Amino acid sequence: MSLRVERPGLFTSVQDLGRPGFQHLGLGPGGAADPLSHRLANLLVGNAPGEATLEILLAGPVLRFEEPTLVALCGADLSAVVEGRARPMPMPLWRPVWLGAGARLAFGAPRLGARAYLAVAGGIRAPVLLGSRSTMPRAGLGRLLRAGDAWPVLEQPRHFPAPLAALQASGASWTSVPWFLPWHHELSFDRPLALRLIPGPQAGALTPASQAALFQEAFRVAPASDRMGLRLAGPALALAAPQEMLSAPVATGTLQLPPGGGPILLMADRQTTGGYPRLGELATVDLPAAAQLRAGDACRFRAVAAGEALALLRAREARLEILAETVKSRLGRRDSGIISA
Amino acid sequence: MPRPGRGVAEVKARSAPHELSARFSPLGDSALLLTFGAVIDPAVNDRVHHMAHCIAMSGLAGILGVVPSYTALGVHFDPRVWDHGSLERALQELGAARAGAVPLRTVVIPVCYGGEDGPDLGAVAAHCGLTPAQVIARHSQGVYRVHFLGFAPGFPYLGGLDPALATPRRATPRTQVPRGSVGIAGGQTGIYPLETPGGWQLIGRTPLALFDPLRAEPCLLRAGDLLRFEVAP
Repeated sequence: MSLRVERPGLFTSVQDLGRPGFQHLGLGPGGAADPLSHRLANLLVGNAPGEATLEILLAGPVLRFEEPTLVALCGADLSAVVEGRARPMPMPLWRPVWLGAGARLAFGAPRLGARAYLAVAGGIRAPVLLGSRSTMPRAGLGRLLRAGDAWPVLEQPRHFPAPLAALQASGASWTSVPWFLPWHHELSFDRPLALRLIPGPQAGALTPASQAALFQEAFRVAPASDRMGLRLAGPALALAAPQEMLSAPVATGTLQLPPGGGPILLMADRQTTGGYPRLGELATVDLPAAAQLRAGDACRFRAVAAGEALALLRAREARLEILAETVKSRLGRRDSGIISA
Repeated sequence: MPRPGRGVAEVKARSAPHELSARFSPLGDSALLLTFGAVIDPAVNDRVHHMAHCIAMSGLAGILGVVPSYTALGVHFDPRVWDHGSLERALQELGAARAGAVPLRTVVIPVCYGGEDGPDLGAVAAHCGLTPAQVIARHSQGVYRVHFLGFAPGFPYLGGLDPALATPRRATPRTQVPRGSVGIAGGQTGIYPLETPGGWQLIGRTPLALFDPLRAEPCLLRAGDLLRFEVAP
């Protein structure tokens, strides 16, 4: 049984939580650019947080499922549609969804955000390289989806979250539960997006005008952005005096300032060290929302202390733990009311 | 053709530096940056590797990644386990306790100099006022320090290039540089682990794989190694 790729989409890759333990070798951590949506999608199909999902950028793929398959789609709204036995029906987001045998999952125009995560019960079984299934083509680790691919899918949990028989009896294209995770708010699709930045060593080395501009004016995401970094265009930022910079460690979310260019916000496939002035690091809680920015979208920075950002991160992790327990207990219920289309 | 893995020629112990003396600063909300100095200096770089070694030997839980560079060490931590203050105190203690000497390896990299493998050898020789044979002799006589790996997986930031070989980058970068290419850019020499675009002056190529994700130890080099180039037979 497998998941067949009829069309690969613009940039569809297998991602998990990456390989943070190989940074001393010069290998960036990689993994889902929006790890929150990735984890929630896994949670909804009963997977561990580190199972691999498909990261779908803007123009999604066309996928065909040979057998009934339990999936969940979280993150961006890319107009997903299920073409099954019934007429094409919108695929609900933020829920566990049973797709019927032979269902095709297709995508349309991006409505909200940039990256959707598709989890399949049991995970996407891409090969494990250096402890992760994450794709990083630049480093020779995996490759993007291609038309004709058949990804193996593990045997599906037939009574979870609702009996599979309900899908088969109804003749619908999909069935789901009558609830969803209202966590799309965490991704704040507001534009300009407010991002919290922990000022770095060179933020104070900007000219006074540039310091003011960094925290008061809006920046736009440039088209050359990718999984390595979001290139931002906005007010010209200049250092008060040139700085002698040595390549030094950076983090996911580091905002660096190359000479004569706009700042670059480093994303999951970043390098491990960088030689440009460091204006700061994004609060980790804001990384998922940043990963949902599209070219042309605006964002603004607000300063936050490292300790406050860490407290925000811990608070989110605590809420995720409670959510995981709640979802697990709901998924365990046999008779939780079923909706289908 | 040398077999991969043959590169490690000798392993000695490097003596531990006498003081920790790092400046701690946040690298975002879930990493610490330890800065040991401001300029490229083997003694400072030794401190970086010593601290990295102490952390690796300590088995501290909740450490996700330890990243050496010229003068600074990045420590990425699990925010559920550490905060900046508690990790700083733990690392201060580790640095004071000293976890023994850091192994010092010397790795020998065979290089096919010139020809198709090193199309810029002639240009480097002309720029430096040397013959191609003199460039090869000087390049292969040096002992280089792997300050750290970065930029791309397995790419060594090397110190120790003979200043007489310093040559500016090519005016027009190549769109594809073959993996294993050995090049010079300004006062630096390096090896391309992957096929990438690049502007370095290419003087040769090694058949060794610097990065292979299927190997148990994916990178041939480790931060802190000493490196020599050898004219491939």
